[in-house]
Amino acid sequence: MNDFSRDSERRKFLKDAGALGAAIATGFPAIISAQTVTNAIKVGLVGCGGRGTGAASQALQADDYTELTAVADIDQSQVDQCLELLKRNPKIAARVKTEPTRQFLGLDAYQKLIESGIDVVLLATPPGFRPLHLAACVAANKHIFCEKPISTDAPGVRSVLETAGKAKTKNLSLVSGFCWRYSNMIQEAFQQVGDGAIGKLVAYYATYYTNPVKPMPPDSTRPAGMSDVEWQIRNWYNFVWLCGDSIVEQAIHSADKIAWAMHDQPPVSCVGVGGRVIPSEGGNIYDHFEINYIYPNGMRAFLANRQITGCYNETSDYMLGAEGTCTLGRGPVPRIEGKTNWNFTGQRYDMFQREHDVLFAAVRKNQPVNDGTRMATSTMLGIMGRMAAYTGQQITWEQALNSQEKLFPDNLDWGGKLEMRPRAQPGVTKFA
Amino acid sequence: MRVAIGVALAVWTCLGAGAQTASAPETANERANVSRIRDRINRHPPRADRKLRPYNVTIPNTTISYSMVPVPSGEFTMGAGENDPTRSKDEQPRHKVRVDAFWMQAHEVTWDEYLLFMFANQGGEISHKDEVVDAVSRPTLPYVEMSFGMGLNGFPAISMTQHAANKYAEWLSARTGEFYRLPTEAEWEYACRAGAATQYSFGADSSKLGDYAWYSGNSQGKYHEVATKTPNAWGLYDMQGNVMEWTLDQYAPYETGARVNPWIKATKPYPHAVRGGSWNDPANMLRCSARVPSDPSWKQQDPQLPKSIWYHTDAQWLGFRLVRPAKVPSAEEMYRYWNSGLEHEYQ
Repeated sequence: MNDFSRDSERRKFLKDAGALGAAIATGFPAIISAQTVTNAIKVGLVGCGGRGTGAASQALQADDYTELTAVADIDQSQVDQCLELLKRNPKIAARVKTEPTRQFLGLDAYQKLIESGIDVVLLATPPGFRPLHLAACVAANKHIFCEKPISTDAPGVRSVLETAGKAKTKNLSLVSGFCWRYSNMIQEAFQQVGDGAIGKLVAYYATYYTNPVKPMPPDSTRPAGMSDVEWQIRNWYNFVWLCGDSIVEQAIHSADKIAWAMHDQPPVSCVGVGGRVIPSEGGNIYDHFEINYIYPNGMRAFLANRQITGCYNETSDYMLGAEGTCTLGRGPVPRIEGKTNWNFTGQRYDMFQREHDVLFAAVRKNQPVNDGTRMATSTMLGIMGRMAAYTGQQITWEQALNSQEKLFPDNLDWGGKLEMRPRAQPGVTKFA
Repeated sequence: MRVAIGVALAVWTCLGAGAQTASAPETANERANVSRIRDRINRHPPRADRKLRPYNVTIPNTTISYSMVPVPSGEFTMGAGENDPTRSKDEQPRHKVRVDAFWMQAHEVTWDEYLLFMFANQGGEISHKDEVVDAVSRPTLPYVEMSFGMGLNGFPAISMTQHAANKYAEWLSARTGEFYRLPTEAEWEYACRAGAATQYSFGADSSKLGDYAWYSGNSQGKYHEVATKTPNAWGLYDMQGNVMEWTLDQYAPYETGARVNPWIKATKPYPHAVRGGSWNDPANMLRCSARVPSDPSWKQQDPQLPKSIWYHTDAQWLGFRLVRPAKVPSAEEMYRYWNSGLEHEYQ
């Protein structure tokens, strides 16, 4: 098994960077010289919420010579809270170097951040913005950490596939926030399944039954004069153009594991059900989905999610093989029962930290990693399921990937009007 | 208004994790409420002159109950003996400890009990409005199912932070009018030993452990219903195994010399002392003297900063039980027991 230890990873690339450091360090204490050499990696964070703040913290802990030098958001209070939290961690506080002139606000803040002389961008806004932000980062030759999912519509997915290809040509690193791919515990479970521990894989059943994420506040709480665009962005989880709906924003982790089990090959088609049974105060997302996918070799995958309080909850994966079952998420470690009996017994490493350890090591060593195609395929799996549930039709992969339905508006204006699409109605809503 | 942009929710999140440390008015409100809870307790204080007896408590306005077992005051030797081949360095030096009398919950706090605290309005709060109970801060709504399929009715509650366990103690005190808190590390070991000086409460022969405990050797990879194994000499179930249990103390090296009612007050969020071993541990971690330090990795699945102050999603082998000291402490002491002030972390 690979050694996933963070320290050994860090030691490895510090050793690689060591020759340069030693050359410049002559006559100075090592630690000061390291700070004064020009090889600090400058990081910019776009989207300063809880996940973005977590990602920035991990970026600063992945490499002792990273610096957070710019942040972008729509709201100063969010920026302030993010920076305050980061500065409370003594291990990274000194490397939070974001003067007020390097705190950018507004819908074009990402562009100003990209132009502020940074090396790596962390993208952690609501997913609707991702295709636009990714394209701008790659155009400006930035390395990227890209939170999941990567789009809310098929045109966005196609844009990301193109951008990922450009990143590859330019030798840029693009690490995706589909975090389970970076969990050594889950990697080992997939390795077991790949090695035949449950025989031939027949079906994959995944559950994402949870409580609601960010319920829509009543319209009466909307401040006077706040534009449609601002109101919707501030309540982004409730609008399909921004979040993609729960199957794209949350259950997408399970879609990603399904894709992993299917070796990232797309399904032939899917059918699905979904709807909203709990009235909401607004927005146009569903509160439940169940999607059935079929793959070229006849394998099936079932993805079920619900976000309703007071129901049976479960977030698990069941890989059903001809000779056994691999179960994730029932108890703390993966388990295989059948032809082989196995459960994970090793030490698990922090998958969120691991994402950044891999990214910054790749940047240091100039050995690019690129999760671009895979993250686009996994996101598309969720979007395809949503299309099937929204329309009530069987949707093929080709149809879905080539869909012309563009949810993310052109020329978004912070103060602008924005009609909300009505909530989809199966049998009435048409595939586009 | 807390705005939501930029929060790319990943696998695990809680609504409104809350970043701020307690403000001065919050602290004043909490102190006032602790006084009100203490007044309620003092209406029916335990009779100091009476021999402690076992008794049952039904949580008011519910059908959910638990048993209290008396633990007499006394002296014991804390830590591992030289004759214990599996002892760890942190279990030494052995030292004499005197503790006052208390009752202890006979079994680990179950989901039946803990869910009343986690979810408002499940314990008759609407028909029996109670301002004192309502003023105790309660966990945020968990996003995922917290038993991870291991069972709810009769099974131990897991994955709560020490802060959450402290707040449960405060909430239960307000609900029942009896003072509850986590045991100190010394009280925990004293109760676990139940008079025994050996590695386990039943002796030194680990081959008998399966009669008394759920551990990795017999758990089949999950926790089990509480109180299904043989209790120790004082009637306490699952002190060894099933789920590890929170104590009040900071995890710190032992000092030489005798102690009376020791409580190592925490000055930092990690590590706190956790005891008893779990369904996930080998036999030697279930020894009476075995200690485990709490660790930030127990929140590894929480992708956000700030992290939740209520859940250790990765500690699916971690629970607790409460004690009721025979002597009711002062309001100031109660405040200290229920408010560590260390629930926020930034790393």
